Amino acid sequence: MGEEPLIRWAWIGRNWPQIEGMLVDHVVMALVPALLGLLVALPLGLASARWRVLYQPTVSLMNVVYSLPSLAVFIVLIPLTGLAERTTVIIPLTFYSLAVLIPAVVDGLESVPDHVRQSAVAMGFGPMRRLLQVELPIAVPVVLAGLRVATVSSISLVSVGALIGRGGLGYLFIDGWQRQFPTPIIVGIVLVVVLAVLADGLLVLAQRLLTPWARARRTA
Amino acid sequence: MITFEGVTKRYGDGTVAVDNLSLRVPTGAVTVFVGPSGCGKTTSLRMINRMIEASSGRILLDGRDVREIDPPTLRRGIGYVIQQAGLFPHRKIVDNVATVPYLLGWDKKKARARAMELLERVGLDTKLAGRYPFQLSGGQQQRVGVARALAADPPVLLMDEPFSAVDPVVRTSLQDELLRLQAELHKTIVFVTHDIDEAIKLGDTVAVLRVGGRLAQIADPATLLSRPEDDFVEGFLGRDRGIRRLSFVPASGVAVRSEPHVPGWNVVLDGDGRPLGWRPDDAATPSGAPVNRTGSRDGSAPAPDGVLPFGAFDPAKDSLRAALDAALLAPSGCAIAVDGAGRFQGIVTREALDRALLQAGGAEPARPAGSGSSTPREVGDEAGNSGSGVSDRSSATGGSDGPSSSRGPGGDGAAAHG
Repeated sequence: MGEEPLIRWAWIGRNWPQIEGMLVDHVVMALVPALLGLLVALPLGLASARWRVLYQPTVSLMNVVYSLPSLAVFIVLIPLTGLAERTTVIIPLTFYSLAVLIPAVVDGLESVPDHVRQSAVAMGFGPMRRLLQVELPIAVPVVLAGLRVATVSSISLVSVGALIGRGGLGYLFIDGWQRQFPTPIIVGIVLVVVLAVLADGLLVLAQRLLTPWARARRTA
Repeated sequence: MITFEGVTKRYGDGTVAVDNLSLRVPTGAVTVFVGPSGCGKTTSLRMINRMIEASSGRILLDGRDVREIDPPTLRRGIGYVIQQAGLFPHRKIVDNVATVPYLLGWDKKKARARAMELLERVGLDTKLAGRYPFQLSGGQQQRVGVARALAADPPVLLMDEPFSAVDPVVRTSLQDELLRLQAELHKTIVFVTHDIDEAIKLGDTVAVLRVGGRLAQIADPATLLSRPEDDFVEGFLGRDRGIRRLSFVPASGVAVRSEPHVPGWNVVLDGDGRPLGWRPDDAATPSGAPVNRTGSRDGSAPAPDGVLPFGAFDPAKDSLRAALDAALLAPSGCAIAVDGAGRFQGIVTREALDRALLQAGGAEPARPAGSGSSTPREVGDEAGNSGSGVSDRSSATGGSDGPSSSRGPGGDGAAAHG
C-alpha cells in the first residue's frame, strides 16, 4: 500500500450513499437475530429453568450450533434461503445469540433469591403472575447482560456474510482487501465499532431505566 | 382457631417431617412452634397455608379444611413473614407492603395509602416508602416484611423464623415491636423459631417439637418452665428455669414499705423524687472513702459522692424477676419500687421478696400481660411430673425458709444484712 494514503476522504464522500445502505443492512442483519434470539430464548429458558432436565441438553445443543463455522452454515442454507439474502445471514446469527441468551435467561431466573420466590408463593401469587411480576423482572439485569453480549457479537459477525455477498459493512473489508485500498477497510472497522458501542450504550441505558433497583445496588 | 388433626408429612424418600401432629392454635394469641432443626416446625407452619401439603390428617382454619380452599385465595387471607424478609428487590418499599392488596385488586391509591399507614404502624419512617429494599437495614427490611404481612388485615399471621437473621439488639427490638403490635391487633399468630428464649418471650402458648416432627409438649411458657414434661423438653429449655419462670409472675403482690430507709441504709432521692442510690447510715465520711460513682437507673445523671448503686422496678408493670434483680443490684439487699415516672414509691426488703418468691413457687403462674391459654395436657400430667416441679421451685426460692419465717412487717430482718 506504499504511496497510498491511509484514508481518502474523497472516496468516502463519493461512496456515502452505498456505505449508508450497507450500514442499514448491517444494522438489520445484526439486530434482528439478537431480538429474535431473545424472543425464542425466553420460552426455552423458562422451560429449562422449570424442567431442569431440559437445561443441559439445550445448552449442549446450542454450544454445538455455536461451534459450527458460519460459512458452512451459509452454504447449507443457500439452497433453501438463497445466496446474498438477509435471511441466510440472519438464521445462523439467531442461533448464535440463542447460545448466549438461553443460559442468560436461566441464570437470570436463578438469580431470584429463594426467600423472594417463597414469599411470593406465600403472598398468594399464582404461577403465571409470579413469573411475570416477580421472577422475570428480577431476571432482567442478567438477561440484559446476555443481550449486550449477543448484540455486540452479532454486529461483528454480520461481516462474515460478505463471503456470500450479504455482509453489510463486511463488503468494505473484501473490497478494500481485493483492491489493496485501505480506506474502505478503515471505514468498515470504524462503523462496526461505532455501531457496537452505540448498541451497547443503548442497552445499558435501557437497563438503567428498566431496573433502577439494580443500579442502586451497584452504586451502594 | 387453627386445628391440626393427626397431621403427618411424609416425603417420597420415606422421611417423616411431621408425625401425627394434633394441636390447637387459639384465635387472637401467639402460638410458637419451637424445636431443634429437623423437628418439622417450618413444615408444620407451611402446611397451614398449603405451601406444603400434608400427607395425611387435616388442618382446619376456623373449622374449614384448608384443602377445600384454593391456595392463592387461602394465602392472600393469611399473612406470612419469612426469614430474611423475602422482600421483592425490584419494588419500592410502599409497593412491597401493598403486595397483597394489589393481588386482591384494590386500586393503587387505596393500596398505597394502606401501605403508608402500616409502615408507620410497624415503626418505620414513611420517608423510606420510596426506597428499594436493599437500601434498608436488615431490621428495617424485617419490619417491612411484617407490614407487608399485615397489609390486607388478615386474621392469621404465619411467621417463619422472622427475626433469626438480624443481630441480637435488633432482634430484641423487633420482638418488643411484635408484642406491642399484637397487643393492638390480636391476630392469630403462629411463630416458628429454634430459639427457646424467643419462644418464651413471645408465646402465649409454646409447642415444643422434637426431631422427627413429634409434639413433645404444648403449654404456656410459665407452665413449660416449671413443669417440663420430659428430659427432652427440660434439656431444650436450658438452665435457670426457676429464675426465668419468675418473669411470668407479676411483682404487684410484693410488699412495699413506703419509708425511704432500712436499718443501715438510706435511699437518696433527687429533686423530683427519683432514686439516685443508697447511702450507708455512717456515711458521714464525706471524702476520702473510695465510693463507686454510679448513675441513676437510666444513667442520665451521675450520683453524688458516697451514694452506692441501686436497682429499681415498677410493681405495676414488672415481674418478680425484675424485683429480685433489683434487690441483687443494691448493697442494701433491698429493691426500690418506683412508679411509672421513675419516682420513689417504697422499698422491698429481701424478706418481702422471699415471701413473694415462696408464694410464686406454689401458685400457678400467670403472664403479667394476661393470656388465657389453657393447657389441658398439663393438668393430667401434673402428678407424674410433680417431682421435678417441686425440686425446681425449691431451688428458685433457695434459702428462703429461714428469714421468711420471721413474720414481722419486713424491717426486722434487716439486721441480718447490717
